[in-house]
Amino acid sequence: MSAEAGTRTTRITATPGGVGDTPLRPDGTLKVTGEFAYASDLWHDEMVWGATLRSPHPHARIAGIDITEALTLPGVFAVLTAADVPGENAFGLEHADQPVLASEFVRYEGEPVAIVAADHPETARRAAQRIRVDYEVLPAVTDPRRAMDADAPAVHRPGNLVRHLTLRRGNPDPKAPVVVSLDFEVGMQDQAFLGPESGLAVPGDDGGVDLYVATQWLHVDQRQICLALGLPPEKVRLTLAGVGGAFGGREDLSVHVHACLLALRTGKPVKMSYGREESFFGHVHRHPATMTYEFGAERDGTLVYAKANLLFDGGAYASSTAAVVGNGGTLGLGPYRFPSVAVDAYGVFTNNPPCGAMRGFGCVQAAFAHEALMDELADAVGVDRVEIRQRNGMREGDVNITGQVIDSAAPVAELLQIVRDLPMPPPLDPSDIRALPGAVGNTTHGEGVVRGVGYAIAYKNVGFSEGFDDYSTARVRLELTGGEPVATVHTAAAEVGQGLITVEQQICRTELGVERVVVHPKTTGVGSGGSTSASRQTYVTGGAVKAACESVRAVVLERAAALLGRSAGELRLDGEKLLGASGEVLLGLGDVLGTEAVEETVEWRHRPTHAIDPETGQGNAHVQFAFSAHRAVVDVDVELGLVKVVALDSAQDVGKAINPDAVVGQIHGGSAQGMGLALMEEMVVTDGHVRNPSFTDYLIPTILDMPPMQVQVLEYADPHAPYGVRGVGEPPTISSGPAVAAAVRAATGKALHRVPIRPEHITGT
Amino acid sequence: MDFLQPTSWQDALALRGERPDALPLAGGTDVMVDINFDRRRPGALLDLGRVPELREWGQDDGRIRLGAGVPYAGIIGNLGAQLPGLAMASRTVGSPQIRIRGTVGGNLGSASPAGDAHPPLLAAGAVVEVASAARGTREIPVAEFYTGVKRNALEPDELIAAVLIPAASGPQQFSKVGTRNAMVIAVSAFACALHPDRREIGTGIGSAAPTPRRAPEAETFLAGELDDAGLWDSRNALPEPLAAAFGERVAAAASPIDDVRGSAAYRLHSLSVMARRAITWAWNDLREAA
Repeated sequence: MSAEAGTRTTRITATPGGVGDTPLRPDGTLKVTGEFAYASDLWHDEMVWGATLRSPHPHARIAGIDITEALTLPGVFAVLTAADVPGENAFGLEHADQPVLASEFVRYEGEPVAIVAADHPETARRAAQRIRVDYEVLPAVTDPRRAMDADAPAVHRPGNLVRHLTLRRGNPDPKAPVVVSLDFEVGMQDQAFLGPESGLAVPGDDGGVDLYVATQWLHVDQRQICLALGLPPEKVRLTLAGVGGAFGGREDLSVHVHACLLALRTGKPVKMSYGREESFFGHVHRHPATMTYEFGAERDGTLVYAKANLLFDGGAYASSTAAVVGNGGTLGLGPYRFPSVAVDAYGVFTNNPPCGAMRGFGCVQAAFAHEALMDELADAVGVDRVEIRQRNGMREGDVNITGQVIDSAAPVAELLQIVRDLPMPPPLDPSDIRALPGAVGNTTHGEGVVRGVGYAIAYKNVGFSEGFDDYSTARVRLELTGGEPVATVHTAAAEVGQGLITVEQQICRTELGVERVVVHPKTTGVGSGGSTSASRQTYVTGGAVKAACESVRAVVLERAAALLGRSAGELRLDGEKLLGASGEVLLGLGDVLGTEAVEETVEWRHRPTHAIDPETGQGNAHVQFAFSAHRAVVDVDVELGLVKVVALDSAQDVGKAINPDAVVGQIHGGSAQGMGLALMEEMVVTDGHVRNPSFTDYLIPTILDMPPMQVQVLEYADPHAPYGVRGVGEPPTISSGPAVAAAVRAATGKALHRVPIRPEHITGT
Repeated sequence: MDFLQPTSWQDALALRGERPDALPLAGGTDVMVDINFDRRRPGALLDLGRVPELREWGQDDGRIRLGAGVPYAGIIGNLGAQLPGLAMASRTVGSPQIRIRGTVGGNLGSASPAGDAHPPLLAAGAVVEVASAARGTREIPVAEFYTGVKRNALEPDELIAAVLIPAASGPQQFSKVGTRNAMVIAVSAFACALHPDRREIGTGIGSAAPTPRRAPEAETFLAGELDDAGLWDSRNALPEPLAAAFGERVAAAASPIDDVRGSAAYRLHSLSVMARRAITWAWNDLREAA
């Protein structure tokens, strides 16, 4: 990463292992050596196993369920259906519209209908197969473009519209001398996290339950579980288990309520773990989208207006579709200046698999469309494709399409310039077939191979938007242990592999000057940390930890002041010493702490956001924007339609890199995930049935598909954010795919207005 | 489900004879997937992994006798010179871990049209050596071995002992299209072998018909054209139109379907391109060798 370019960050005192350093992650070696305990490794003496019976139909009425044959199988402890849900048989992130177990209707293939507990996972699975469900198959709506037709089957009452966002700004009837337009379609991507859903529910003596589970937000899970179990929060206690990736796919409940129901019914600890195939049915996916875009511009390429229509297929339940529509609608024109805008964004119900959160959240789909159209505009007016983006790109102080002022860095032009100026990869070397499209498939020795280069820029909101009360809680304790000061930080913010535990430690080291920082297991024993999503945890939980440390430090200074008979304002904490005004050492931290620990708990909020106007879509909907650019270089075998990504280089403004290694890691991973959507990752759904629920046929990039990356990181501090941080995790996923798609278009000369781009789209066969 | 684990070939054949409900297990890369997904529940698994005879290979009258249990990694490491087409195909099988487990015998047992080993075996004119305790050994030409989608010519009491593959008498090539650059099941695959000694061409098509199959018309067409033009003797460059015509005839021999991995039209198109390129590479290799 670049140390010299674009630094506008406050200098922070270098504390070893503190903010700006890259201490080793506690889970790193364990993961690489296979020793890390994931949720699927959970174990409890006397535990039994849960299994789920799922609907084979995209839409059906349940006329009856007979569990007799399952119950009589030796080794089975319980078989539960909707009738056994003690609380409300409903859950959901935004609307509780999804049954814990289907009662009258099933609305998608894979919907849970019944659950079983047995002494062995295989027994449980077999028992589930012996449950007789009498389905009356109903007509299904599986084409989102038909979902709002008058004669379309209703997935829910009163109809199939989840949200329609309208955004109007500027001239309602704009004209421009140059007009370009396109239709674009994005397929259904899966998060494809490597650790499938898993949890262990342990019944408590108090009639409650302790749930150990891999998730992204313990407290939103707790709220939904309490509703379904009819239990108060103090009786539903959650602890985060080892999470093997998330990417949005663990925001909705999976095994949670089912495992608790079985544990409470049997009085035994119950473990539920999905296999890979079940996992594809056990979580939401990225919304497929169909989009129509039109840009008007002056003859020099200056943008005049945009019209866009985005349709997101939400599948059978609401999940976070409304918020995805919110993002797609308010951010879906990209980081450009448009004087006049008309956007309509829709989310609809269908009988397809439910779609919800995935890294990039509504911006990923839109970016493919706006970036393809920017290239077409550039070509139409005869301006260079990078230059047209730079000329129209947002700058700090600009107003975006919802009328919100971009009040921190918006280095669109600079990010594009950086990726353009990075060294290009060497020319094609046909001597190593692994470097060619098709690789060891030995499909070309250079024949038909054409190189293409593509650029993309994108932006994304950080944190929750549209007036959501987005906060995090941190408890920090400072005490002497074995004569040494030790800080303990307790938050409920989920570590999903991104490195939050290390970030929490770093902030404590910097703020308190102590070397030893213990991270308490993530539990509901402390207030909510908010969701590990929306690129928000380093910002929001980081902010909470920083604030809690500041409270602890204030108490320490007051104590020291009392001991010394001075005022606290004269003192400061440096390392593990208390210094006077001229830097003289007055006390050791240990002398101040003695036997009485200092513990402070802080609930911390970022600046409030606001709902948008329902008719115009105007408003300060977002708290922060993060920008990223990619340049992709691809070699395409244009005769066979095979692609080798030769280079995928990136520049991103991160405000302040709390942990530079982790920042670059996020950019690597996010870029690979975006490239995967451009070229191969798609859940193929036909008539509501998933056709490729396996890693044999749902392809994710391998090491031969993902090139080494050049990554340049800018650190333009956001003055409104702790340490100036800007969310990192999602932006690379948004700009990488469109850059790859652009490069393939450049190599092939084809329009390719659909992703993933399959070989037959290139060959036309 | 019983687990049978013979430690000699004789015992394996005896168990096979006694247990027609047993499913032979080699590397497990197909069988264990089916069992884990509950697609198959055989009465018994007959694990052949402890039968040392199956892991041997050697020369047998100009042919390589490749034990059915030799893993792909062994072929890549030891037999690249004698069986270049099969070694190239072996390199495209799964991941390094799968190549250490997976075997040609297993590929033949599964008889999936997408099995990577099939096209080079067809192109080389391999023979499958099968055996039973009751009737001893018989040899089946590989082209007759595949009888339907995931079906083969084995009798219920037979096991695959080995594959007999003529050592390459000329250049061989293998090409496989997948939608990513490694660890992918073939969307379509093609193998060719030049037999300059008898002035013949061998072909094999994968993932583009209910079974792996040859393209006999393409073979005789090209061999004849090479004869007519005197190219077997002159070793002059292969004319591009001839290579393209060969590719078209290879595609014409296929009868693919649309599925989640690719369209039938793309399979036909990709076969014609692969066949054109592969035969050109093979011919160029022959010219360079001369």
